[in-house]
Amino acid sequence: MDARSATGVLGVLRRVLARPSGLFGLLVVATLLVTAVFAPEIAPYSAGAQNIVMRLQGPSIAHLMGTDHLGRDILSRIIIGTRVELGLAVPAVLVALALGLVVGVAAGYLGGILDDCMVVLMDATQAFPAVILGLALLALVGPSLKALGLVIAVAFSPQYGRVARASVLKLRQEPFIEAERALGASNKRIMFVHVIPNIIAPLFILSAMNVPSAIAIEAGLSFLGLGVQPPTPSWGVILNDGFNRVREFPWPVIWVGLVLIITTLGFTLLGESLRDTIDPRLAGTRGGA
Amino acid sequence: MTESVVKVRDLDLVYQSGNEAFPALSDIELEVGAGEVLGIVGESGCGKSSLSSALLRLLPPNGRITRGHVFYKDLDLLEIPETRMRQFRGAELAMIFQDPLTSLNPTFTIGTQMRDVQRAHGGGSLSRAQIYRRSVEMLEQVGMPDPEDRLRSYPHEFSGGMRQRIMIAVALMLKPGVLIADEPTTALDVTLQAQILSLLRGLCKEEGTATIFISHDLGVVAQICDRVMVMYAGRVVESADLFSLFDEPLHPYTRALLRSIPSRNRRGSRLVSIPGRVPSLSALPSGCKFVNRCPHAQDVCRATEPRFLDIQGHRVRCHAYDSSSGFRDAGVVTADRFGD
Amino acid sequence: MTLMAILLVMFFLSVLVNIVPGDPAEIMLGPRASTALIKQVRQEMYLDKPVYAQVWHFFYNAVHGNLGHDFFSHQPVTALIGDVLPHTLILAVAALLLSALVGIPLGVFAATKPNTWTDRLSAIVSISFITTPYYVAGLYLLLLFALHWALLPAIGAGSLDHPWSYLTHLILPASALAITWIGYIARLVRASMLEILNANYVRTARAFGLSQRKIYYKYALKNAVIPAVAVLTMALGDLMSGAVFVEMIFSRSGLGSLIVHAIQNRNYPVVRGSILVIALIYIFANLAADLCYRWLDPRIRVEEVG
Repeated sequence: MDARSATGVLGVLRRVLARPSGLFGLLVVATLLVTAVFAPEIAPYSAGAQNIVMRLQGPSIAHLMGTDHLGRDILSRIIIGTRVELGLAVPAVLVALALGLVVGVAAGYLGGILDDCMVVLMDATQAFPAVILGLALLALVGPSLKALGLVIAVAFSPQYGRVARASVLKLRQEPFIEAERALGASNKRIMFVHVIPNIIAPLFILSAMNVPSAIAIEAGLSFLGLGVQPPTPSWGVILNDGFNRVREFPWPVIWVGLVLIITTLGFTLLGESLRDTIDPRLAGTRGGA
Repeated sequence: MTESVVKVRDLDLVYQSGNEAFPALSDIELEVGAGEVLGIVGESGCGKSSLSSALLRLLPPNGRITRGHVFYKDLDLLEIPETRMRQFRGAELAMIFQDPLTSLNPTFTIGTQMRDVQRAHGGGSLSRAQIYRRSVEMLEQVGMPDPEDRLRSYPHEFSGGMRQRIMIAVALMLKPGVLIADEPTTALDVTLQAQILSLLRGLCKEEGTATIFISHDLGVVAQICDRVMVMYAGRVVESADLFSLFDEPLHPYTRALLRSIPSRNRRGSRLVSIPGRVPSLSALPSGCKFVNRCPHAQDVCRATEPRFLDIQGHRVRCHAYDSSSGFRDAGVVTADRFGD
Repeated sequence: MTLMAILLVMFFLSVLVNIVPGDPAEIMLGPRASTALIKQVRQEMYLDKPVYAQVWHFFYNAVHGNLGHDFFSHQPVTALIGDVLPHTLILAVAALLLSALVGIPLGVFAATKPNTWTDRLSAIVSISFITTPYYVAGLYLLLLFALHWALLPAIGAGSLDHPWSYLTHLILPASALAITWIGYIARLVRASMLEILNANYVRTARAFGLSQRKIYYKYALKNAVIPAVAVLTMALGDLMSGAVFVEMIFSRSGLGSLIVHAIQNRNYPVVRGSILVIALIYIFANLAADLCYRWLDPRIRVEEVG
């Protein structure tokens, strides 16, 4: 095996695929991404297509997962729901990353009281479960996609902040940073050239672990009626619809539950495989909030 | 010669890795009598720890004894079932280890640990009071102040020297016939070393315990042992009583070891170290294992493994002393006791 | 540190209303509120006064045990919370106990047979448990045991006067909450045990002839369980958010369902008070975790004295 590929992206990919958990995770994540992007093409029916005559039917050839109380095809709704889920979770996690990065780097760089304050803020935010924070905000604002996204982003940002800050602190002590400064390098350059490459790997892994948590939180809050509103086919909404009629017709609950488990399992296994291949020292991070 | 308490004959041990079997011990022979202290010396990797594990049958899952006998008072320990062996461990054969800090369970008091060992071997027949008394007695014997109080303390509350004393106390508590001490003083500083060594020697002589003392340090061995056995690459290369070994070392490896003890060198002369490294188990030379580092190596040494000879009680594994081996000019070797 | 966190949360809660754009009173009550109600609320919650006054009032009242009043029934929030809090706490404790009772043996069992197929199977099961969201576990348990097989009740908490009925109503919700932690604990204990079984003091124990069973269950286990217990005490806080879902799914009265209904009814004081209580529970759970850890591991105790 050629030395370059052993450490590069392809090498990592190869090693992740070598273990069954990594393979499974990658398959799941890839399937989800593809489904999200091509949702309208893949789904056999449109998400809103009602057909009252066919309502509350169990799985059949025409409707592989059955139909809901308005006759809509459950499978299609779940497929399109993938777009909703990832469409919320991924940007939210990215915002968390950006936010955490800025705060963490600032804290590490500026030091002093400012650093202490930010650390306390990060600790306090991280200590609190995201769901509760979400409830507080949504109580006031009412069901809102943006609020939800904001809550998730804020709740997850301390994790990124910690990683960023630790990296900056470590680098500050390195002698070659002093040397660069002496040569006139600006702070910005130091940050881009040294800090960022160092933390890309852990940040990436963290994101992989955070996306399923974000999905789970959103689906949960939507399930309570506080997040995404019907008729948008978020998985939580489908779950809610299904729960209201669960005694007579359990199929929506069964299918969405299964999808949620596989999704969170897939992302988590992928994240763990990545972590084990890239840097086993990171073991212990859970990524949830 | 006192009747031997422990007798090992023809012992072979291999470690299995995948499809290969690495010979960790070959053709081991030793004998220890009651109250006698036998030292086993060698560099790391020579197999001394494997030997101690083998004697207690505490081998890792990939270790296998393929040949030989370990006699404890006429009983071959390799033939008895594991349940019976467990009864022997601690009660008849005891072992103390190198690092006392990690060798005691940190979450239980030493009183509890001592009690558990006694219970494991006394069955239900010992009363709490008897157990307690014995524990206190042993702690006193090893020189611990305030033993009753200390029974309630945790291992980390003691200093390193004290902890090693505790280990000795536990080991000798059930009056075993054999004590195996695997580098017990390596982790201690020199003054503590001397104290522990004299404690050990005293106790063993008093109780008549056959003691096997393992170390890489000949200097330490000289302070406590009656007889010494030198090991190299899983084999015994020399075995003699203490004075004979130090005055008249026969094997080139033993001589090299002796030369490298700092105190033996004349002031101002360079410290000698043995060139080369102990061969790894996967790449053992055929013939004599010391051949790549021996200043006197000849073709016959590369070709066949030397026999373990007996020269008036002093045993050595070297072609130079074997008149039938074809070794030429043996006089060079026998005269070269101090190198230079 | 703990005090700081509490203060921060209280501050956040009292200021929150003002952060949200728009008139606070209108926001709280939603688009369908009458003008009279809005005026009343504005007065009650000091919303016409400046922000720092609001914060002060909130702090002052909270310290005196006054968390405001329900908008509609005008009952004191503290009373409402007090009525339902026991149910939630019992639920959480039951979930923790269940996690320990099932998770620890599972972990030990997996450690005794490392790398066999039973071990791998339990690893897969553990991971699936860990990643299952609380509400999915709750829904599946509801479907299976309460609806499909009708073994256990699906609704309500039962009454404390009838302990057996209370218990049957407790099993499913507590199990739903416990599932995630069972997986986590099992994994943790297994890893811990394996590490310990290689430790020197286990080697010593073997050398002194202690039986295999004693070594596993007494010597190794105590050390292995320590991190598990620490995790569990911290889990108490996380369980609060899980309780919200599970109480709704099983229509069980408790702090979680109180909050959700209050949100749906736009009953802000109740929401605010409940969240404060949850925050307090959370923070004290972390404190308890710390104390527990110290008690279990004597090494830490001494380091502080010495």
